Amino acid sequence: MDNSPKSGAVNLKISRTIIYIVCILLALLSILPFWIMFVNATRSTAEIQSGLSLLPSSHFMSNLQVLLEKSFDPIRGFLNSFIISGSATILTVYFSSLAAYGLVTYDWKLRKPFFTFILCVMLIPSQASAIGFYQFMYKLHWTNNFLPLILPAIAAPAVVFFMRQYLLATLSIEIVEAARVDGSGEFKTFNRIILPLMIPAVATQAIFAFVANWNNLFMPLILLTQKEKYTMPIMVSLLRGDIYKTEFGSIYMGLALTALPLFVVYFLLSRYIIAGVALGGVKE
Amino acid sequence: MRRKGVNYSKFGYIFTLPFVLAFLIFSLYPILYTAAIGFTDMQGLIPKPIHILDDPFKNFKDLLFDNVSFRKSLLNTGLLWIVNFVPQILLALLLTAWFTNKRLNIKGQGAFKVLLYMPNIITASTIAILFGTLFAYPMGPINSLIQLLGWSDAPINFLQDKTTARGIVAFIQFWMWYGNTMIILIAGVMGINPALFESAAIDGASGFQTFFRITLPSLRTILLFTLITSMIGGLTMFDIPQLFLLGGPDESTMTTSMFIYGQAFKGSYLYNRAAAASMIMFVIAGILSAVVFYLMRDRDAERLKKAEKKLRKSARSNKEGGMTHHG
Repeated sequence: MDNSPKSGAVNLKISRTIIYIVCILLALLSILPFWIMFVNATRSTAEIQSGLSLLPSSHFMSNLQVLLEKSFDPIRGFLNSFIISGSATILTVYFSSLAAYGLVTYDWKLRKPFFTFILCVMLIPSQASAIGFYQFMYKLHWTNNFLPLILPAIAAPAVVFFMRQYLLATLSIEIVEAARVDGSGEFKTFNRIILPLMIPAVATQAIFAFVANWNNLFMPLILLTQKEKYTMPIMVSLLRGDIYKTEFGSIYMGLALTALPLFVVYFLLSRYIIAGVALGGVKE
Repeated sequence: MRRKGVNYSKFGYIFTLPFVLAFLIFSLYPILYTAAIGFTDMQGLIPKPIHILDDPFKNFKDLLFDNVSFRKSLLNTGLLWIVNFVPQILLALLLTAWFTNKRLNIKGQGAFKVLLYMPNIITASTIAILFGTLFAYPMGPINSLIQLLGWSDAPINFLQDKTTARGIVAFIQFWMWYGNTMIILIAGVMGINPALFESAAIDGASGFQTFFRITLPSLRTILLFTLITSMIGGLTMFDIPQLFLLGGPDESTMTTSMFIYGQAFKGSYLYNRAAAASMIMFVIAGILSAVVFYLMRDRDAERLKKAEKKLRKSARSNKEGGMTHHG
């Protein structure tokens, strides 16, 4: 295509420059909305109304004060979300690893059908069963209870699928047999030997399960009606209401407070998260 | 696995039992229950015994043929998904082509990936309200920016116009997900046999040719998987449109999930209608999952067949005197 190596090199340079510009613009597009959010959390409503600024101001405390005077309770929301997401994550990774181990290690009659079944139910959206789920929980008097948001995490088909692929690639049956020779029971083998071997996969899936539970709005919104039970995303939805209508400074403050923990987690774990996204897509 | 007279196969059942129980109780039963409610007249705050309608499909028929809001919500969901997915997959493919091109040798890919993926990790509820505030009228950050750049004299009321409101919802969805799609596609390219690229380079293929003739066909399965998961995600879209404009203006951003939520939990307690709508959504998702399932099973079966063939071949060649043939 290129006649001389020289024009090829020039072309390459031009392409590269364009690509870097596009990537930097996209990166700015990712940062800017959050930057404005954090900056505006420190500006007074009057300042925000008067125009855009990329530099923080000095109204951090007054915004916080206005925010907390009303129904927004970030500490409560944080705690509730933490309890739900933490418990759900533990259940998801433990029982998914256990099921995947059962699927990979043992030769049982329904092994193949079970795997097919997992593939089938992997993509069922929770919205599809929400009405029946709500009615069921209502009869059990489990609305305004965290259990219906935690216990379903035991069955996480996509995580079982991921763990199975991981075990197929890494587990050697000799380890299991050696443990048996040493007289270790099957449960003990799993808990003491296999689970520690699965730590990389468990960590990846734990991050995603935690974030997914933390960000979930639909189910908590349906089930939790008492204010003291609200999770973080429901707390956030309060910022939309009439009570903060004109208090832009404190709305931004509320948004910033809910996003801050996620930013901290993300920048601490971004390497693993990106690697996990890549792994999850390949599904090999 | 039988060894020393101990039969371990029962542990296969024991270890998968918690999963199965939780699935039966918290997924299967609620789905069947939802389906059943769809055939009843269950309405109102106080639960009543189930009473099947004389015409069991009445709720479904009403929704599909008479309910303007429901049809609008299906249409909106499809529209919002397409407007977000097409640019999303195109940009992700472009970035993938750039980042995996050895001749271009783009630096700082790690940092770009971290930044482009970032919006995906932040709570959608927070992002929805953030964008609602950014696009505030008459004075908000975006309107300030537009005036600063001199693009428009008067502030624009983005949130009252159907087109801009839909556009912003689709944009948020696009902005939150293209980084995710890009990372998946790049991983897919990394999984392609490098020998293919090497032989293409030796044959003098240009970057374009390599991308369209080798990269894209090899990504087929991953692209289809991305497509289906994104479709199901789009089908259940809730957080962003719900908290951005509550479905407004004039129901132009109301999705099917929001319709279901609105019918059952916002004061009208029309559980039967919401359940019927859920079932319609479930059927659509089921069809989409069936496609994914078909794709994945197909691939596994193919691999198995290949392995079998190889085994048979090597067995035969061993018998015939060790001539092996690689094709």
